[in-house]
Amino acid sequence: MPEPTKPQTAPVKMRAKNVNFYYGSFQALYDINLDFATNKVTAMIGPSGCGKSTFLRNLNRINETLRDTRLEGEITLDDENILDQDVTAVRRRIGMVFQRPNPFPKSIFENIIYGPKINGMLKGKNAAEIVETSLRRAALWEETKDKLNESAYALSGGQQQRLCIARALAVNPEVLLLDEPCSALDPIATSKIEDLLITLKHQCTIVIVTHNMQQAARVADTTGFFLLGKLIEHDKTEVIFKNPSRKETEDYITGRFG
Amino acid sequence: MAIKMTPRNRRRLIVNNIMLSATAICAVITVSSLFLILMYLLKNGGQSVDLNFFTQLPKSPGELGGGMANAIVGSATVVALASVIGLPIGFLAGVYLAEFSPKGFGFLVRYTADLLNGVPSIVIGIFAWGLIVHNMHHFSALAGGFALSLMLIPITARGTEQFLLEVPRTMREGALALGAPMWVTIATVIVPAARKGIMTSMILGVARISGETAPLLFTALGNQYWATSLNEPTASLPVMIFTHATAPYEDWHRQAWAAGLVLLGLVFVANILARTIVSRGASLPK
Amino acid sequence: MATPAADLRPKYKKALIGGDELAKAFTFLFAALILVVTVLLVLELWRTSSPAKEKFGFGFLTSQLWNPVTDEYGALPFIYGTVLTSFLALLIAVPLGVGAAIYLSELALPRVSNALTFLVELLAAVPSVIFGLLAIFTLVPAMRDYVQPALQKIFSFQPLAPFFDGPTFGVGYLTAGIILAVMTFPFIISVSREALMAVPREQREAALALGATKWESTWQIVLPYAKLGILGSVFLGLARALGETMAVTMVIGNSEAIHQSIISPGYTIAAVIANNFAEASGKMFTSALVELGLVLFALTMLINGFAQLMIVLTTKKGAAKS
Repeated sequence: MPEPTKPQTAPVKMRAKNVNFYYGSFQALYDINLDFATNKVTAMIGPSGCGKSTFLRNLNRINETLRDTRLEGEITLDDENILDQDVTAVRRRIGMVFQRPNPFPKSIFENIIYGPKINGMLKGKNAAEIVETSLRRAALWEETKDKLNESAYALSGGQQQRLCIARALAVNPEVLLLDEPCSALDPIATSKIEDLLITLKHQCTIVIVTHNMQQAARVADTTGFFLLGKLIEHDKTEVIFKNPSRKETEDYITGRFG
Repeated sequence: MAIKMTPRNRRRLIVNNIMLSATAICAVITVSSLFLILMYLLKNGGQSVDLNFFTQLPKSPGELGGGMANAIVGSATVVALASVIGLPIGFLAGVYLAEFSPKGFGFLVRYTADLLNGVPSIVIGIFAWGLIVHNMHHFSALAGGFALSLMLIPITARGTEQFLLEVPRTMREGALALGAPMWVTIATVIVPAARKGIMTSMILGVARISGETAPLLFTALGNQYWATSLNEPTASLPVMIFTHATAPYEDWHRQAWAAGLVLLGLVFVANILARTIVSRGASLPK
Repeated sequence: MATPAADLRPKYKKALIGGDELAKAFTFLFAALILVVTVLLVLELWRTSSPAKEKFGFGFLTSQLWNPVTDEYGALPFIYGTVLTSFLALLIAVPLGVGAAIYLSELALPRVSNALTFLVELLAAVPSVIFGLLAIFTLVPAMRDYVQPALQKIFSFQPLAPFFDGPTFGVGYLTAGIILAVMTFPFIISVSREALMAVPREQREAALALGATKWESTWQIVLPYAKLGILGSVFLGLARALGETMAVTMVIGNSEAIHQSIISPGYTIAAVIANNFAEASGKMFTSALVELGLVLFALTMLINGFAQLMIVLTTKKGAAKS
């Protein structure tokens, strides 16, 4: 079995071991082995349908909510298998931001406070403080501080996506998963989110799926290339983009297919 | 250089115009029946809807005047009973269908709910009679409310299910990804997001059962006087319209028209209300 | 910044997790209740009608005798009346309803179409007893004084004359059929309209691009494409007409026999139950009425089943819904 390289840049926060994943009888992932380094940004790239999003959605077990799915292998967080743990606790520790902004039909304030509330984190804490901190961390505070009680739907698409990041940050996740978070956004909103990710990595470990190679090159410390449900190669980002060791990666990077 | 029209093409064009006009006429006829109904009710019932109608008991045959106060209260009682039983059951069953049901069992329940929804209302009446009236030896508001609730349950369940399923998947994943258990997600995100749609189907369901007569004929029966408890025969507007319209007394006919106008007014207001809720955007936030 | 999860999860969090199982089990009870009630309904009808079933057997369905005094009961006049009135209703409602649906989906501007559809839905919400009220005081006199005599004049030749024979009472099969038609076409219109709107645009454009007129494209391409859905709407309307009680009860004329003339008074299953059940004395009378209810139940279930099937088949085939 090909062992993709594991760039040793920092201690391992999360690790996928021999992950196989099935939708019904269709196998979507084959023997994925991948380490995520603490406080680094790991990007996953590849043509659409290659399994990168599917893999990401297994890292917080959100795929379990789909019917007829099956996961084999092991996914560890701080060397403990998350598949054996209480799923809601796992998801509290591993936050997620989705392709399209998905704010709840509630006010901005209620959106942020939702996570802390359901996770019992409000005791003895000031809700307003949590909201401010989270919005600041997502670089959204200045734009929203005067309209916290307005509907989240009144925000622009880019703001909504940053609100979703703030909402995820409000429960202090140790890992933040982002599933093509900029695919629905314009270039300016995209660059704001990219800047944000670079500052956020000092606070948590970030895993991002993207179809945009420039984005991976810009924000990621290491990058993994997926093809047809397999992880072809994982290395430091500059190595992947300048000197990949596998032919498939090079073909993809240079635009020869996909 | 105009292209000349052949006789054949002219014929095709004439057929086209005739048939298309015919469909428009069909639409006009069908829709105008609604206006005919409204017009007749307003004309015949309009002057009889007065204060007495809402405050007095029906007079005996031959006497003039009187009202249908007992039937208005009776209808409200029976419909309220049906709602108290039917809405929560239907709602919770709908939540199960949308969020928890495994494929096979979900199909079975869905199919059965549609089947129950299609049962003729008179048959529902027989069932409620057999289960309640026959066993308690009483016609009663309870039996009537039970019968109507049987019609309300499938409507509410299927409506709730439909609107819950319309909540985008990403919304529930957003909550789950924050560590919310499924039931918290349902209670705090999914149901609130669907609440306008659910309320609409509930209002429409209640409006529909308010006009039902057949299930009440031998459950709530009818009563010329005030019912003093839920366990005795109770008057209702629809049954009152039926008995008054089919009786040979002129003044009763006048009352029947008035009752018809009031009943239709209530049903229409509920329908329009429900549809305004929807058009304000069932899935948008407040 | 990362906080270990364990200390953030007080005991109450644990209760939340069991909550999923609890919520599933709790809501399951109510879903199962729908099954239980429906099964109970069938059992109850079956049980209460067993005296009549034992006494008359299958003869119940074919006998024309209906005599509460001697306790002899046969269902045929009522089955006949139910089927005949529903048939007459469809005869009127299908062309009108499908025609209106074509107008709404193919011709009318979206705004007009939506407004008219709203009115049609309001018409569907009118309670049955109000149709009956109107029919008694407006339709019945009109039928008695104008329509029925006119029909007798027009159809005074053989072999049609016997179908329009007899004194003109105003009430009867035909009057019930007309009022049922008005109650049925909202269903036919709204379901047919959806079926028509689900026909892909390309189908229409392909026909028009070949030089078809609007009507030819509608009649030869769009209608056949949507035919299962339209058929489904017809069955749905039929199921409603078969089970309809109040409006029919008020204009059917209450005659417990089979008449060849469609302007003659008759009876339907629902109407005979509505008129007699509350005062039915004697076990056998009640039991026979319940058995009639069972027959009606079976009939409507059959038709409804067909309707659902048709609609499912078209929506599977068809494109996105409106």
